Amino acid sequence: MLKQSLSKKRKGYEVLMKAMMLLSVGLTAALVLFLLAYVLVQGVPNITWELLSTKPSYLTERIGILPDILNTVYIVLATLLIVLPLGVGAAIYLTEYASNQKVVGIIEYAAETLSGIPSIIYGLVGMLLFSNSMGTCLMAGALTLVIMNLPTIMRTTQESLKTVPQSYREGAFGLGAGKWRVVRTVVLPGCVDGVITGCILSVGRIIGESAALLFTAGFAHAVNGIIDGLAAPGATLTVALYVYAKEQGEFGVAFAIAAILMVLTVLINFAATLVQKHFAKRRSL
Amino acid sequence: MSMISVKDMCLWYGEHQALKNVDIEIPENSITALIGPSGCGKSTFLKTLNRMNDLIPGVKITGDIRYEGTDIFSKEVDVNNLRKEIGMVFQKPNPFPMSIYDNVAYGPRTHGITNRVQLDEIVERALRDAAIWDEVKDRLKKNALGMSGGQQQRLCIARALAVQPKILLMDEPTSALDPISTSRIEELVTELKEKYTIVMVTHNMQQAVRVSDYTAFFLLGELVAFGKTDDIFSQPKDQRTEDYITGRFG
Amino acid sequence: MKKKSNMFEKVIHIIFLLLGLITVGCVLLITIYLVISGIPAIREIGLVDFLFGKEWASTASEPKYGILPFILTSIYGTAGAILIGVPVGFMTAVYLSKLASPKVKSVMQSAVSLLAGIPSVVYGLVGMLVLVPGIRKIFNVPDGASLLAAIIVLAIMILPSIIKMSITALDAVPKEYEDASLALGTTPIETYFKVSVPAAKSGIAASVVLGVGRAIGEAMAVMMVAGNVPNMPDSLFQSVRFLTTAVSSEMAYSSGLQRQALFSIALVLFLFIMLINAALNFFLKREKE
Repeated sequence: MLKQSLSKKRKGYEVLMKAMMLLSVGLTAALVLFLLAYVLVQGVPNITWELLSTKPSYLTERIGILPDILNTVYIVLATLLIVLPLGVGAAIYLTEYASNQKVVGIIEYAAETLSGIPSIIYGLVGMLLFSNSMGTCLMAGALTLVIMNLPTIMRTTQESLKTVPQSYREGAFGLGAGKWRVVRTVVLPGCVDGVITGCILSVGRIIGESAALLFTAGFAHAVNGIIDGLAAPGATLTVALYVYAKEQGEFGVAFAIAAILMVLTVLINFAATLVQKHFAKRRSL
Repeated sequence: MSMISVKDMCLWYGEHQALKNVDIEIPENSITALIGPSGCGKSTFLKTLNRMNDLIPGVKITGDIRYEGTDIFSKEVDVNNLRKEIGMVFQKPNPFPMSIYDNVAYGPRTHGITNRVQLDEIVERALRDAAIWDEVKDRLKKNALGMSGGQQQRLCIARALAVQPKILLMDEPTSALDPISTSRIEELVTELKEKYTIVMVTHNMQQAVRVSDYTAFFLLGELVAFGKTDDIFSQPKDQRTEDYITGRFG
Repeated sequence: MKKKSNMFEKVIHIIFLLLGLITVGCVLLITIYLVISGIPAIREIGLVDFLFGKEWASTASEPKYGILPFILTSIYGTAGAILIGVPVGFMTAVYLSKLASPKVKSVMQSAVSLLAGIPSVVYGLVGMLVLVPGIRKIFNVPDGASLLAAIIVLAIMILPSIIKMSITALDAVPKEYEDASLALGTTPIETYFKVSVPAAKSGIAASVVLGVGRAIGEAMAVMMVAGNVPNMPDSLFQSVRFLTTAVSSEMAYSSGLQRQALFSIALVLFLFIMLINAALNFFLKREKE
């Protein structure tokens, strides 16, 4: 009885399921490897110093992506600068001030809804809200991205605030500190983890975004300082990739940008994992 | 005749030796209680008998364990058949998040029974054997997680019985239950020994005295004493056994 | 002194309340703007003609604004992506959650995160240069930019959402369930599929809904591989236009009723997304219980 082996049917099931699982994992792994390798192989040889350090010129038929790099940096900075206080503030309201569970529920539902809205709709609304009044410019794009990234910052901050022990707050209150003082001295320092994690995730999202920027930030390639840059239309790297590939058929440049984006994605993921591990370790101490 | 015979069994979790040279013969149609302080290896021993320890990484087992004369670690033995023969009831009631019927039918279905009439019969018999049929016969399609803790544990016993095992391993089956549910399970266990061989880990000395025929006392991974429950409790041969059952430590 | 600090605390409280309500304000703003700008064209074209019209010819001398081709394309495209992406993602998740060694699991999870982080234009670019020519050659069709190409790209793009969320749900299944099943003589693989997966079904369902949301909302990658002609999606090799790409492909040069109709398309897309969000919330709530 013991030495009987599994029935044919059960054995078949085992083999089939295992085969399908291994096939799926293999497929996923192969996909990631292929995408990485293909983009890097096609892109890296096209990355030259000239490409990185100049702007496109129709006269010399030269393509440079310096303006796109600068635009990306500007839009990342502008977005984070605006979204951070808003997102952190919202998170603090939810964890420290809100007493009405209904309000909390509504706010959280709104945040979830925001994170489910596709970027093309953000692009459209951003165009109506911002570009129609201030013109197509990086700032309009940044403001659109602020709405998109608000839920991310809010969520990561909220999560880190939940790990601030209640006893710290009680201790501070016990010393006679007012609410604001407690928030400033105990709660705010506690959300550093969340803010850093949220920033990394947001940077990744901003760099990768294109649909929301096409109609808000436009696709010009001019080199500007940050103030003028934000007031002028401009393409980020991702938008530039789209334009070069789809509208102009410049696949070499497109792949060069894709390779840069790929490397940035890897770095951002790496940073996110590192930071999460670091904070998890600190919390367990 | 003994259902299970263990000779010179040792078990390591990595570097740590959890069981040392255990020898034991578990007789058929009887209840054997495994007692001892926490961490003494009694649960580990129990889980070795149906090879549930195989699942823990870094476990090494030596010695000879035979079920009805067959070495359970022999390459020819299919572990799934072994576990069908040797059922297990866990410390915390753990019914699947499915209907009561599906919980009991889960085992038989796994082992290839698909005939509806046959399944109905098996489910009813298992639930009757576990003394819970009358309480649940009208709500077999209801989710098992809606039952009380004691009912859930009896359902888990029914689920184990449904695959028609010969041995039932019970790992502190009443430790998570209230006194009334506990006494119902104890009654049930005493009835079950007519059909099954039962090995039960318990923390509760009174429980061991009340229900078991044989008692094995484990301490720091060693089997210190094994014998008829009456003998162990009335005239312990070993000083450590006496100290433990009289409550001097544990 | 006391009164002054009370005032101060109250002001601070109100400031934080306002910050908290920003998300709600944004959702309302987006909804209102989309409704206001989406309604006029629908009224002018007629709801039935707009939703069920089979022809979109916005620049013709007698323009036609039927978006049924876009709606069907979005539905077929999403369904196709789900049909391919869900089995692969689900099986990967079960393997990584239950069978893989910790090392394999962590490496693969990083790989999946990377997949999630790759910008959609990069998917579009690789799709344009690998997938589209590939389809043209393999199936011997005049143009590979087609519904099929979009389905494959979308299937790849929804993989990370499905894998990540399913792993979270599967990891949360109490070990006691699995132990009970194993102790009945069920093999590990049988246990994972017959006990763990049903126990995690709400979370897995949520992952599928999330995938649907991603697929239906994706614009840029699809724009680059689907060919972008407003055909009815009669065949996999048809060049098609999705709801998302319908909005973006004409926005730059549209005006008048045509432009308003684009906003109406966005409104329809938004309604789809709200429905999907509601479904997602339903499953997530069930998972929590």
